[in-house]
Amino acid sequence: MLRKIRVTLAAVFFVGITLLLLDFTGTLHHWLGWMARVQFLPAVLALNAVVIIGLVLLTLIFGRIYCSVICPLGVMQDIISHFNRKKNRFTHSPAMTWLRLAMLVVMVVAVAVGIGSLVALLAPYSSYGRIATNLLQPVYVWCNNGLAAIAEHYDSYAFYSREVWMRSLPTFLIALATFVIIAVLAWRGGRTYCNTICPVGTVLGYLSKFAWFKVYFDADKCRSCSLCSKNCKASCIDYKTHTVDYTRCVACGNCLDKCKFDALHYGHVTKQDARSEKQETRNEKQEARSEKQEPKTDEARRAFLLGGAIVAADVALAQAGKKVDGGLAVIEDKQPARRTVPLTPPGSLSANNMARHCTACQLCVAKCPNDVLRPSTDLKTLMQPTMSYERGFCRPECTRCSEVCPAGAIRPIDVAQKSSIQIGHAVWVRDNCVILADGVECGNCARHCPSQAIMMVPSDANDDESPMVPAVDRSKCIGCGACEYVCPARPFSAIYVEGNEVHSSI
Amino acid sequence: MNKNNISRRSFLKALGLGGAVVAAPAIVSCAKGDKPTDEQEPPVGKMTYRKNPKTGEQVSLLGYGMMRLPTIKQNSAREDGDAEIDQDMVNQQVDYAIAHGINYFDTSPAYCQGKSERCTGIALARHKRDEYFIATKLSNFSPDTWSQEAGIAMFQNSLKELQVDYVDYLLLHGIGMGDDGMGEYEERYVNNGLLDYLLGQRDKGTIRNLGFSYHGDIAVFDHLLEMQDNGEIQWDFVQIELNYLDWHYAKQINDRNTDAEYLYGELVKRNIPAVIMEPLLGGRLAKLPDPLAKKLLERDPEHSVASWAFRYAGTPQGVLTVLSGMTFMHHLKENLCTYSPLKPLTDAEMRWLDTELAGELMSYNTIPCNDCKYCMPCPYGIDIPAIFVHYNKCLTEGNIIREAQSSEYGKARRAFLIGYDRSVPRLRQADHCIGCGQCQSHCPQRIRIPQELQRIAAYAEAIKQGKDAPVEPQR
Repeated sequence: MLRKIRVTLAAVFFVGITLLLLDFTGTLHHWLGWMARVQFLPAVLALNAVVIIGLVLLTLIFGRIYCSVICPLGVMQDIISHFNRKKNRFTHSPAMTWLRLAMLVVMVVAVAVGIGSLVALLAPYSSYGRIATNLLQPVYVWCNNGLAAIAEHYDSYAFYSREVWMRSLPTFLIALATFVIIAVLAWRGGRTYCNTICPVGTVLGYLSKFAWFKVYFDADKCRSCSLCSKNCKASCIDYKTHTVDYTRCVACGNCLDKCKFDALHYGHVTKQDARSEKQETRNEKQEARSEKQEPKTDEARRAFLLGGAIVAADVALAQAGKKVDGGLAVIEDKQPARRTVPLTPPGSLSANNMARHCTACQLCVAKCPNDVLRPSTDLKTLMQPTMSYERGFCRPECTRCSEVCPAGAIRPIDVAQKSSIQIGHAVWVRDNCVILADGVECGNCARHCPSQAIMMVPSDANDDESPMVPAVDRSKCIGCGACEYVCPARPFSAIYVEGNEVHSSI
Repeated sequence: MNKNNISRRSFLKALGLGGAVVAAPAIVSCAKGDKPTDEQEPPVGKMTYRKNPKTGEQVSLLGYGMMRLPTIKQNSAREDGDAEIDQDMVNQQVDYAIAHGINYFDTSPAYCQGKSERCTGIALARHKRDEYFIATKLSNFSPDTWSQEAGIAMFQNSLKELQVDYVDYLLLHGIGMGDDGMGEYEERYVNNGLLDYLLGQRDKGTIRNLGFSYHGDIAVFDHLLEMQDNGEIQWDFVQIELNYLDWHYAKQINDRNTDAEYLYGELVKRNIPAVIMEPLLGGRLAKLPDPLAKKLLERDPEHSVASWAFRYAGTPQGVLTVLSGMTFMHHLKENLCTYSPLKPLTDAEMRWLDTELAGELMSYNTIPCNDCKYCMPCPYGIDIPAIFVHYNKCLTEGNIIREAQSSEYGKARRAFLIGYDRSVPRLRQADHCIGCGQCQSHCPQRIRIPQELQRIAAYAEAIKQGKDAPVEPQR
């Protein structure tokens, strides 16, 4: 019974969070956004006391059911493990306490010092977020595009297509590597990842030692058939000594269902069982052999090596004299501007705030309808969102990223606030500007500036007849990037937005 | 009748036989349907011809425009300029056209990105030279082809591509176009002596009829006809835009253009045969807004909306031939049916079309783009005609709604924005137009392209933000 409830709830959470991460229409997060906000690490980073206290109480009462129900990475492992049909494949193994504590220390230090990329690498919800958005969302969007093509055929606007593009290769590779490693571990050993590496698992594990409800043995009924140990995906039940390692037990209830003799119960642990708990701590110390684990820290290095930029084919515009009619000029791909200070979305307050709070779950990136947000490739802020304007700009009516962020890295803002938050300022690059380079009239940047921060002025101050070029009034510019997006200069825009370390209000 | 039906149904019910019995012969005879198809196959040998007053030759009233040739990707070379033209299909359709009496084929070195003349040549070379007339043009639009040598080379190349040693109808292409219509005409044909060269070719017989196609500045049109009045030159034909919208409204649509009524009238005065282009306005008169299409279908349920426009263009007696760019066989067959033979419109019908119906069409305020793609390629990659086509489509379908409070706003907004992304990639949309104006002089409709694009961009921006869109002045 416990198991059935657990499976049902886990399915609801898993499907909900996955849909939340996949949805690109900006509708689902109004209903499902809370599922991201109740994730442990984002709540810690957001200093969301209600959620943290709630989760701690939940764990103190029921044990680590967070890991069994709420955490999408945990449920993903259960799903993968479920497909391995080999019966009774688990065995009890000693806890790897040193590794778990080391990882926890690394995590705590990373959060304290503000090494966002390390936090992101270890955080379970973020890992799942990356897997879902990098590996699953493209498939989801392609399916949608198929429907959109059908809809188009029938002149219906029920579906619209979205472009699938590689937002960041390093992040994609990390997501892929994470998935492969965790999938292999889950296939072979169930919850190995949760009980060796996951810092959230460690914290909740030690908390759940004191949980009111636990799984415990009725030693009189147990016939030592070993089925419970063989079916424990957390490898935490030692049927010989009738002990359960509560730091690793995720309260899944599988053992309860497997036991034919009603020797395992879930409930408040009586004194009798307290004895066995002590024994269990002794067992831990014995630690005869430890399973070889693939080190996770390998990924950051790999990402660094592969972090090179993709060089797009250099095709010049068809500027030649027009002799025939028809045809489309090739549009050269725009290259992201090389900003000295990277851009972070409105609501993120500052680069520092972003770095400290973001768990790089990619939820905001997956939600950005203008293809502005993408994971950073900078090692310090690796995988955290950054902005660039080759495919669109930060549109005035959109505040989606601020609505979905569960970690307080992007605080909620409304449209009015957004119009006055200065995240950066536009910079004109004289040498790139088509007005001077091609001798044509342009002014597209000024025409599209939503805050009227760009004025057209004579390129020669002493000559009113000289070609008009854009000039930026910094006090009005909010850094939305409309100018950069519509600038015809390629591959580098003649006007681009330079980030501000700290956002301000105009 | 209704009563009858009911009684029959109840009769059947009473018999308890149900639907199966409906097939019984005795009952079927009530709803007679023994004619398998309507005549959709155009008849052979019924084509209407008009006489060229100079040569006396009989020219088919339907001329084949070779600007919208089919491509192997099953669309028109207009839509997909880079795609290879489906020569087999061109051959097949040209054969069919000739078999059904078409003898006038109109091409240009500029059409289909330069591929039209060759394809036309290949298709026609399979027929006897006296079975067809070729019309081509001196399309020296680009300033680096304004020299005499370049012009002569272009003409000689046309002969080579078309695999002929004479051209039946040669046109100075797009006279009056450009911001300075007169200046450009003089640069292209007069100052370089090219017009004299062409007249010489006419004397030699390499050009059998010399004329011009006209768009734009009326001063140039008037000037060329004045030359004839002064005896300086003899034009054998003139190609103009004529349809029921342009008859009275061309100038109102764009004050830099001239009503077809005037153009045609001037030609008739001088007994110059008129070759008609844009009888359908690039297809816009084939696909009318629903309420207008309904009016036409109410008058004649069995003939297409497009057939009205073709009959309109073919009815005036001074018209030598009406050009239609028939991409597919079904276009060809439909038009052949209309002209084999032409059923002329009555005066009342003509006026109803060019006054009442055209007036209503005007109220839609569409952009007068015929998707001819002369403006393309835009050096900055904008897909100008696709943007206009999309905007016009939304206008005629009622999906341009400016008031955010309107109950239809959400639906219209979705249709406009999703349809926009479907028909034009984002980087080719109107917001990327920088307003350089290089397209401007190429537009035969003299649309103020950058202004119109910026207007559409402003509309799109406003509705993206879910706001009221700026109100447009009525044209």
